[in-house]
Formats: sequence, C-alpha cells, structure tokens
Amino acid sequence: MSDRILGGVSIALAAFFVWQATLIELSFLSDPVGPKTFPIIIAAVLGLSGVAVILRPDAPAAWPALGRLLEIAVTAGVLCAYALSLPQVGFLLATAVAAAFLSWRLGAAPLSAVAAGVAISVGIYVVFHLILGLSLARGPWGF
Amino acid sequence: MDALASLADGFAVALTFQNLGLALLGCFLGTMIGALPGLGPSNGVAILIPLAFSLGLPPTPALILLTSVYYGAMYGGRISSILLNIPGDEPALMTTLDGYPMAQQGRAGEALALSGVASFVGAFFATVGLVFLAPQLVRVALLFGPAEYFALFTLAFATLGGVSSRNQAKAALAAALGLGIAMIGVDSQTGVPRFTFGEVHLYDGIDFLVAIVGLFALSEVFVFLEHRSHGAGPEKKMSIGRITPRLSMLRDTAGAMGRSTVLGFIAGVLPGAGASLGSFISYTVEKKISNKHDTFGKGDPRGVAAPEAGNNAAAGGALVPMLALGVPGSGTTAVLLAMLLALNITPGPLLFQQNPDVVWGLIAALFIGNVMLLLMNIPMVGLFVRVLLVPSKYLMPAVAMISFVGIYGVSGSTFDLLVMVGFGLLGWVLRKLDVPLVPVILGVLLGNEMEVNLRRAMTISDGDWSALVASPLSVGLWTLAVVGFILPLLIGRYLRPQIATKAREEGADPD
Repeated sequence: MSDRILGGVSIALAAFFVWQATLIELSFLSDPVGPKTFPIIIAAVLGLSGVAVILRPDAPAAWPALGRLLEIAVTAGVLCAYALSLPQVGFLLATAVAAAFLSWRLGAAPLSAVAAGVAISVGIYVVFHLILGLSLARGPWGF
Repeated sequence: MDALASLADGFAVALTFQNLGLALLGCFLGTMIGALPGLGPSNGVAILIPLAFSLGLPPTPALILLTSVYYGAMYGGRISSILLNIPGDEPALMTTLDGYPMAQQGRAGEALALSGVASFVGAFFATVGLVFLAPQLVRVALLFGPAEYFALFTLAFATLGGVSSRNQAKAALAAALGLGIAMIGVDSQTGVPRFTFGEVHLYDGIDFLVAIVGLFALSEVFVFLEHRSHGAGPEKKMSIGRITPRLSMLRDTAGAMGRSTVLGFIAGVLPGAGASLGSFISYTVEKKISNKHDTFGKGDPRGVAAPEAGNNAAAGGALVPMLALGVPGSGTTAVLLAMLLALNITPGPLLFQQNPDVVWGLIAALFIGNVMLLLMNIPMVGLFVRVLLVPSKYLMPAVAMISFVGIYGVSGSTFDLLVMVGFGLLGWVLRKLDVPLVPVILGVLLGNEMEVNLRRAMTISDGDWSALVASPLSVGLWTLAVVGFILPLLIGRYLRPQIATKAREEGADPD
C-alpha cells in the first residue's frame, strides 16, 4: 500500500512539475532547448518510475504506531520552532531547550534531559564559537 | 612518470605543520564518528562540510581535514561491526560475518587490528592505483564534449540505480526527485526563475549542503526517535584480547588482502558500484578460494581481511571517476563531491590542469591519513571502543544541533534551517519506503551541470537531438548506461547479499 501511495504521489508531483514548467516565462534570449525542456524530461522519468512502482510494489513498509508517528511530527515541529526562534532568543537558550526536548524524547529522564540540553548547548557554544570563532545566532542578550 | 613528480609536489603541499595537524585531527574525529552508533562516513562528513566551510579554511586544508575524516570514519565503522555485530555502514556488513565470531571467541582485539591492517593495505594500494589511473582517465576525459558529459551523467545515474539498488524503479524515482530539486531557482542560462513560487529565498536554488545534511544526518535522528525503545546501548563488557595481530596471521591473510585489493579497486572504479560491492565481491571470491575447511563465517581471519581490504580499495577506486570526471558513483563520493563544490572546486579533467596543488595535495593527504590511521588505530582501539557506549539519547540531540549550527554558519538563514528539517522528514519517509537516498543527493548535486551540458550540446548542434548520439564515445556511454540499468534487473539478485537487504531495513547508513 505504501508503495502505491508513493507511486501516486510521484505521478502527481510529476504532473505538477510539468504544469509549473509550462508556466516558466521565456526570456527573449534563449537557447534551442530553453529552460523548460529538461524539467519536463525529469518529470517524465518521475512519472514513469511512479507507474512502475505502482505496478510492482515492494513488500509493505513497516510504519510505526500512530503515537510514535505523532511524536515524530511533533519533533519536526519543535525543530522548526527552534529554527524560527534562533534569531529571537539567541543560540544558547534555543539550543538548550531543543536539545533537552530531543534527549527527553529519545528516552532520557526529564532531569538528565535538561542537563544534557544545557551541556550540549554550552559545549557547542564553547567549542564552535569561543574556540573556533564560528558565528552563531545572537539573541537580544548577545549569546 | 609525471604522476610521481606531481605526487611529490602534492606531498610538499600536504606536509606542512598545519596540514599534518589537520590530518591528525581529521583521522581522530573520523574514527570517533565512524565508531559512534548512527553516524557513518556519509553523514559524518555531511555534518562537517558546512562547519569546515564556515570556519573559512582554505580549500586544500579543508579538503585534507574532511578526507581524513572520511577515511577515519571508514576505519571506525569496523569497530561496531566487529564488537557489536552492528555494521556502522553498508560496506561494513561483510565484516560482521567473520569479525563478530572472532570477537565472541575473545579475539576482538586481533580482529580489530587485522581489519586495520587490511584497510591500510586496501586503501594504500588503491591510492597508488588512483595516482596512475586518474591521469589516464583525464586524458580520455579531455575528449569529452557536452554531449558525452550528458551521457556520462546519465550513465552514473543508471549504474547507480541499476547496480546498487534493489528496486530500479525506486532508484529512478529518487534520481528524478533529486534532479527536480536541483531545477529550483533561477535558470543559469536565461535568468528566468523556475519553480520558485515567488519565494525570494528559492531564487538561489536549494543549497545541496542543506539537502545532504537534512537527508543524511537529520533523518537519522528521526530513525532513532522511531526505534528508541529497543535502541538500548550495549551493556555487556567485551574483552578485547591482544591488540596486535600475530605475524603468522598477517602472513596467512596476505593473499586474501592482495586479491581483495585488486577486486575492490576495480569495483570502485566502475561507476555506481562503490564500496559495498567491493567488500561483497571480495568476501565472496575469497570464500570460494580459501574456504577449504569450512571456517568462513566462524571467525576466519581471512574473512575479516578480505572485505576490509576490498571495501577500502573500492573507496579509493571510487575517487578515480569522481576526481577525473566529476561524476561520483557512490554515496560517500557524492558527499566528497559536495565538499569540493562547497569549496568552489569543480572536479573533472580541468581540475588536474588548473589546480594540480589541490588534487595532488589531496592524494598525498590520503597517503598520510592512511599511515596515521594505522598508527593511531592499533594502540588507541580501547579508547574508540569506549565511544561506542555513548547512549544515543545524548548523542543524537548533539548531532542534530551540530547539523543546525553548520547550516546556520554557512547561510545564516532561518529559511534554510526549515528546509533542512523538511529534508530530514523526507529522508526518513524515503528510508521507510526503501527509496535510496544516494540518487537523490546525486541528482541535487549534478542536476544543473547535467542540464547545462545538455543545453550546450543542443546549442552547438542548433537543436538537433541526434547530436547526443553523434560520436562513438557517446554511443558507447549510452550503451553502457542502458546495460548498467537493465542487466542488474536480470542478474541483480545474484549481485547482492541478502543481509544487505536486512541492514537497509534497519536503517543502516547508505554506502
């Protein structure tokens, strides 16, 4: 079933790709092939392999239970929030929170997860910023 | 003998105090990365590329650092194969067959040392092969026009999909996905934006570093999250035993190492085959030749030496097409290509002419790294074994955060970080569906170059598509591409070990 969905998604994606390719505006300076042709070739390959996957699917993939799936989605959300909050609250705080969350979800007890989060955040800050001089996100307090 | 003269110049570049220090650091970091559960050569180097890049190292030192990490990770991957029966990456699979039984017999130290020596032999002679073969290939490559390059890129995708994946349709799908991602951004020839949906951040296209770190490193975090409950670290203490191989053992395995080095190197040079095939072929052939007393699979040292020499020789061999033609054939060389591109170096025949210091400095660094790894691994194996015990609940958050730091350091853009999280999820889903990630990466890396060559060929021929098959060289490449894609469909099931299937399902690091 998963493979059929994968095939269907690829075909849809290929169709969308072709549609978008036809919308590309041509400039007056163009080569014989132009900017549309290669994307359409790619979309054809994508669509054809989608059909092939539907016709000959592999053994079904083992998906995790719904709870675990939700957890992965929430983690992805936390990582997005982390990315967005970096410029707002600075590297140290954002990283400590995100790393603590990840560590907690990967099975650490809450207290040791917090400790791990702080340690990872400070460790990266010291090694990459103070020692190696890499520029990290600066929050309102400069760290 | 100009190859030797160039190599001497390369050593002059590599043998500075700073570069030796970087090589040592890289070897050490690489072995740690290889030994850590869940990190292998591809994703380890993927995380470090943006870091090395944003630290502002000049190309040659950065290259030396990262290739040392790559070679080190190849060494380090053996440690978990032998001690825990968990291959760190796909080429290390065959090492578990005889390495783990040896460890169970209390000969773990010997197995580790032997694998170190075999890796050294394989990698050393493969690098020698690289020195002599790459300039020859460059001479051929200079005959290539745009049409031939387009055919060559197709060949790389076809053989990669054909030889190293189990489902050709999925490999083609992955390649098309990667190529499609590469199309995003302003068209380099006409200046019109494509697939940008009016989003300004997309005008520059999607940075391949973002894609690689997301697909390889961040998806690993999601894999760990999914399997967390049965991912408990190894508790029992392994006795290492003596850590130097007996001379008699080295003598007994010398034949196996020699044969495997040759086989592995050939497998590596073929596009699309890479290190997994190298170690697999070496082990199978060695078993056919030497398994007279049915000792293979029960802790035969030759069963450790053969795949180790084979896969390291293949890793060296895979650098030949990558450096000489700019076409990588495996996951790890794709990551190395990304590294070169990030440093603004385009591999290919011109690289040997325009930046000989970079190429030969790199090759010299490979030799130096090899010797360092051999010297470092045998006495320090106890330390690296301890690294295995770092629990993933503390390790993976650090990996994720370092990935973010690297990408943020390169671009300073929140948008790129969000795209990276997206790629992480995509990588996880694709892994679940058994879609190989390497063609995706290769597509993202090569897409624009491939299109440029196609359009150049068409411009030269004024839109005549038959120009793609006009020269005997390109006809040959197209034939190889078709054969490379179709043939494994017919004989593929004999080419690939069953346990590789199993490991891929468990989410082993791709090639």
